[in-house]
Amino acid sequence: MMDITRKLEILADAAKYDASCASSGAARKDSRGSAGVGSTGGMGICHSYTPDGRCVSLMKVLMTNACLYDCHYCINRRSSNVTRARFTPDEVVQLTLDFYKRNYIEGLFLSSGIIRSADHTMELVIEVARKLREVHQFRGYIHLKTIPEASQELIALAGRYADRISINVELPSQQSLNTLAPEKNLARTEEAMGHIRGKIDERHAEKRKPDAPKPPPFATGQSTQMLVGADASTDAVILGCADKLYTSHRLRRVYYSAFSPIPEPSSILPLKAPPLIREHRLYQADWLLRFYDFKVEEIASAADPNLDLALDPKLSWALRNRATFPVDVNKAPRELLLRIPGLGVRNVERILGARRYTRLRLADLVRLRLQMKKLLPFITAADHHPAKLGLDSDSLRARFLPPPEQLEINFDAPPKPATSDFLSVRSGEL
Amino acid sequence: MRTLVIEPEYEAWRAAARQLLAQGVSPEEVLWTDDRQEASLFVGEAPPDTTAVPGDSAIKVSAAFMDLARSVAAHTDARRWGMLYRVLWRLTRGAERHLLAMATDRDVRQLQDWSKAVGRDIHKMHAFVRFRLVGTDAATGREQFVAWFEPEHRIVRLATPFFEKRFAGMDWSILTPYECAHWDGTRLHFTAGVSRSSAPDEDALDDLWRTYYRNIFNPARVKISAMQSEMPKKYWKNLPEASLIAGLIAESTGRVQGMLETEERAAKPAPNNAYLKSLHAMNQREAAAPNQESDPA
Ligand code: SF4
Repeated sequence: MMDITRKLEILADAAKYDASCASSGAARKDSRGSAGVGSTGGMGICHSYTPDGRCVSLMKVLMTNACLYDCHYCINRRSSNVTRARFTPDEVVQLTLDFYKRNYIEGLFLSSGIIRSADHTMELVIEVARKLREVHQFRGYIHLKTIPEASQELIALAGRYADRISINVELPSQQSLNTLAPEKNLARTEEAMGHIRGKIDERHAEKRKPDAPKPPPFATGQSTQMLVGADASTDAVILGCADKLYTSHRLRRVYYSAFSPIPEPSSILPLKAPPLIREHRLYQADWLLRFYDFKVEEIASAADPNLDLALDPKLSWALRNRATFPVDVNKAPRELLLRIPGLGVRNVERILGARRYTRLRLADLVRLRLQMKKLLPFITAADHHPAKLGLDSDSLRARFLPPPEQLEINFDAPPKPATSDFLSVRSGEL
Repeated sequence: MRTLVIEPEYEAWRAAARQLLAQGVSPEEVLWTDDRQEASLFVGEAPPDTTAVPGDSAIKVSAAFMDLARSVAAHTDARRWGMLYRVLWRLTRGAERHLLAMATDRDVRQLQDWSKAVGRDIHKMHAFVRFRLVGTDAATGREQFVAWFEPEHRIVRLATPFFEKRFAGMDWSILTPYECAHWDGTRLHFTAGVSRSSAPDEDALDDLWRTYYRNIFNPARVKISAMQSEMPKKYWKNLPEASLIAGLIAESTGRVQGMLETEERAAKPAPNNAYLKSLHAMNQREAAAPNQESDPA
């Protein structure tokens, strides 16, 4: 019989390719007045960081790494010869509580290889969450992976115990899934996401009715993950898929995970260096879609479907749309300020606040610690009118190469790779 | 059950500032010093007689400023009291009521920077405190935990209500060099700081935690700078998992090389499983009648 240390080794190792580890966005709850532990509702906390730059906020494990499916990018697929292990629900419950009480983590991310059937697997996962909530009054964060083919009753039950549930899209087209994840189906995944969205909305709407009975608890959000670099999908296809999920199923987050070498490589999907810069640019583009009112076509069009790896997508857009600039920081509306390279959402708000009382000069912008070098060609201020020449010149793009290390977009979860990181991974040296 | 949180420093500044403002004392006329030993403030020669102040009805300051002041008060920079008073003066007597909206103002910017540093320190305390099990209360059966943490600023009172909410069901103490916080299930209270040796070094679970940390790390995407910017080295000495970092980095290249050199595995045939068969049949049906709408390709 395998001891708990060995199981944890195998089942944490098996879970590490899932990028989502966010623990924010849950409803507010805490342990006061109970004999248990746990609280959620604030900004997520990263309790540690591993040398891959990733945040450790949840204990991320699989129930079992045995799996009926054969997804070729996955170490757990049935064709892999990896050592298999399986937790009992009580073991996961105990580990979660023990880790939580020491403040190593702020919750559990539980997924599983698919054994016997989708429903059987879901039942195992749900049993852990049920015990944590009902037997141990655990109020910490729980993220459960669900399976699109599981019955709706089970998904509803999962959502009742979890703060977040997710189904991975994995790849942005059915064509790619057919080759690389033959058991998976995009239409069914989206259908399941639609049902989940319905439940989230339902709960939200009922909560607003003053006299209505309290609706059953349900997760406050769903997220998904897409693999980058395993198939030939362009960035336009990937972002198009993400955009659709954001708008039609109101996902909280789409995670992009660069396909990275795994032990037990598949002959159907040869290993390559992880496209980390591309992953990073996709996160930036995703940010532009969600917080900067960009449209997918503006970032990656059919004619030019891949992101510029050398420049961040906002700067890249600005260079393609020079006629929009310079923008007057003292007069331009919010949506135009948001388009200025080097200016983030927070600083746009600061500018809007300050300019009600003063005409902004460059010194004011310096005090906001903006990236002046990046900003200057694109703005006018009370004492600054860039030479038109600067904007028109061919050398403007060259000025921003090599890639700026400082990027104006901040992420809560995804890492900030520098080019050197990318190169070192490629050349295999640190 | 009630929690008493008193913030002597902030309260002292507030009382003093309120009186100075009522008396019309301008910021240039005051020298603020920060004497920790006596945990009190000196204004000019003598501490202000706060009892003589009439109600603060005359002075209206936004809640946003009070929040900012409470947070800035926890910073260790000795100039904070004077700066807080100057901004308070400008907001009220200076008739610059909109001042806080001016992130471009030097004074406001300074206060925001201090507040941000304090906020970050609090956040890191929430993240990097590590509780160690020291026993179980014989009478209540509650588990008892002790943690050691070294904050940069005087944040213990601002940071601990979070732990009360999160760990209500266990007894705990967080020890720091300047102040300690204790929770026994009913009351959060504070005592003077102690030295590192008062806290336990290890917990029986630390090994299992390190097992998790080692295995959740992906050697194929090493990004040391990203790790260090969020988890600076100064915290490492109190994190049980940090002892693994150097080794994980050192062996990662070899591990990735090993993966790249592994012979590729051929696909195995599908096992005889009823669910899998039904799934494959379903997939074939869908392939025959593709759902145009849900195919973003
Ligand atoms: S379903 Fe696919 S991705 Fe999930 S564990 Fe099984 S093989 Fe891996």
